[in-house]
Amino acid sequence: MSVSNSPFAVLHGEWIKIRTVRSTLLSLAVAVVASVGLGILNGSSVRSALDAKSDMVRPDFDPINSGFVGVQFGQLALIAFGVLLVCSEYTSGTVRAALGAVPGRGLLYAGKITVAALVALAVAAVTVLIAFVATQRALGPYGVTLGQGESVRAVVGAPLYLALLCLLAVGVGMMLRSSALALTVMFVFVFVLSPVASSVPGLREVARYLPDQAGAQIMKVGAQADPVVGPVAGLLILLAWTVAALAGGYAVLARRDA
Amino acid sequence: MSRVPVLRHGRYVIEIRELTKRYGPAVAVDGLTFDVAPGRVTGFLGPNGAGKSTTMRMLLGLDHPSGGRALLGGRPYRELREPLRIVGALLEARSTHGGRTAYHHLLWLAATNRIPRRRVDEVLGLVGLESAAGKRAGTFSLGMSQRLGIAAALLGDPEIVLLDEPVNGLDPEGVRWIRTLMKDLAAEGRTVLVSSHLMSEMAITADHLIVIGQGRLLADTTVDEFVAASRRGHVRVSTPEADRLAALLDGRAVTVRRVDGALEITGMEAGAVGAVAGANGIALDELSTRSSSLEDAFLELTAGSTEYSSRPQAEEVR
Repeated sequence: MSVSNSPFAVLHGEWIKIRTVRSTLLSLAVAVVASVGLGILNGSSVRSALDAKSDMVRPDFDPINSGFVGVQFGQLALIAFGVLLVCSEYTSGTVRAALGAVPGRGLLYAGKITVAALVALAVAAVTVLIAFVATQRALGPYGVTLGQGESVRAVVGAPLYLALLCLLAVGVGMMLRSSALALTVMFVFVFVLSPVASSVPGLREVARYLPDQAGAQIMKVGAQADPVVGPVAGLLILLAWTVAALAGGYAVLARRDA
Repeated sequence: MSRVPVLRHGRYVIEIRELTKRYGPAVAVDGLTFDVAPGRVTGFLGPNGAGKSTTMRMLLGLDHPSGGRALLGGRPYRELREPLRIVGALLEARSTHGGRTAYHHLLWLAATNRIPRRRVDEVLGLVGLESAAGKRAGTFSLGMSQRLGIAAALLGDPEIVLLDEPVNGLDPEGVRWIRTLMKDLAAEGRTVLVSSHLMSEMAITADHLIVIGQGRLLADTTVDEFVAASRRGHVRVSTPEADRLAALLDGRAVTVRRVDGALEITGMEAGAVGAVAGANGIALDELSTRSSSLEDAFLELTAGSTEYSSRPQAEEVR
């Protein structure tokens, strides 16, 4: 007799949990709307600037990079999704019911990570594709069609980046157990610490190995790409950070009282 | 579904052995040892902060014991496959997401333990929440939340039912409903362990009592024995010659305590005390019989007394 729940039953339960709470669904919707909407806005403003031969357009402009400007904002919603997925269980007490139903903590955690990864990947794939195509349309004559240059690599790779970042948030959420704390840590890191560190000359050498900086290389082409950390290596660096955060989350889950 | 206990391990279904929980220097549960048998309602009684909830959480594998074991059918909770089919629990703290409907809360729980979907509708009917099934749990009153918690506990038609303070916050109708439910569950041969800080509530519902105070076992007895012991009461005597009377009574099978200058005598009828006084020419200012209530007995017990301990647990009860 096995001493654990059926893994499929655990996945089924986690899937029902994800789709039956409005806040998690809302964060996914925000990811799509923000990515596409801000992508289109950015595309059309760049187009008018280019039409007017304005010097407001960055010299290293590349339409492929522009295709992911909206996604850079949409990623925050996916981070929120990852954090809320675990932290709302602690604030609501659902974790007690969950561990009562699935006492194998590793199994429960693995189930949550798997479902979160699949949902984030699916939402990210749709988001990235729509945002990229819509942004290129908004760029009009300055845009590219999907398939040109390195656009395929970027459009295929970006969802992996977003899903890994979401799982990193799951790990951080599991370690901190508080939505407010975990959201603050993640947002301050992605929006403040990481960009500031990468623009300070002395810190730049280290900042390129930060999870978001390294992972984002998969979406960068041309002059904006980091010559040291390539797209695949960058994704692997992000993967390492994510695995570390998830492992930290497991250590907390396994050792602490629920 | 069949209702023959299969988990029985010897005579007992739940076995708590030397269970201990420390939070830093504070000891919440202190070497607790007791058993819970099937087919009756076992009351888990103790004042607030006595360690009842902590014991229940350790039994469910939510909190890690600092020492000792808590076993269900000879196994720790974590080793139960699809535990909802074996153990149903209602914890004192909330365990539902306010944004999820009652139906969906039960649905995901059922899914994890491969419990058929129709059972969700069944338990919703059982606790009288059919009409609120589609409402979000956050909008529920305390009574409705308790009913949802009971529905979750009964989802897997479990052989063992653990309820932590189930009547808290319930209206009289809800309290009566839970009492009947617990008795019915026990009558079906299930093991029912219900915690409460109210002696009066346990006197009505429980058959057996486990009484704890400050994390230690104080009594493991039947409710009838506990009630009989607490109804003994005492005789109160006021006299200027208290010392002489006390000396005369010494040697008999009685306990004499001095309270505010008067004597409180247990183990002797008021008439017999009066006869002893009269035969020795001791004048009495007062001679009365005081019966202590069940609640008094419980409070006295949990304040540190070990008088009602019916089992030799000397190493734990000091």
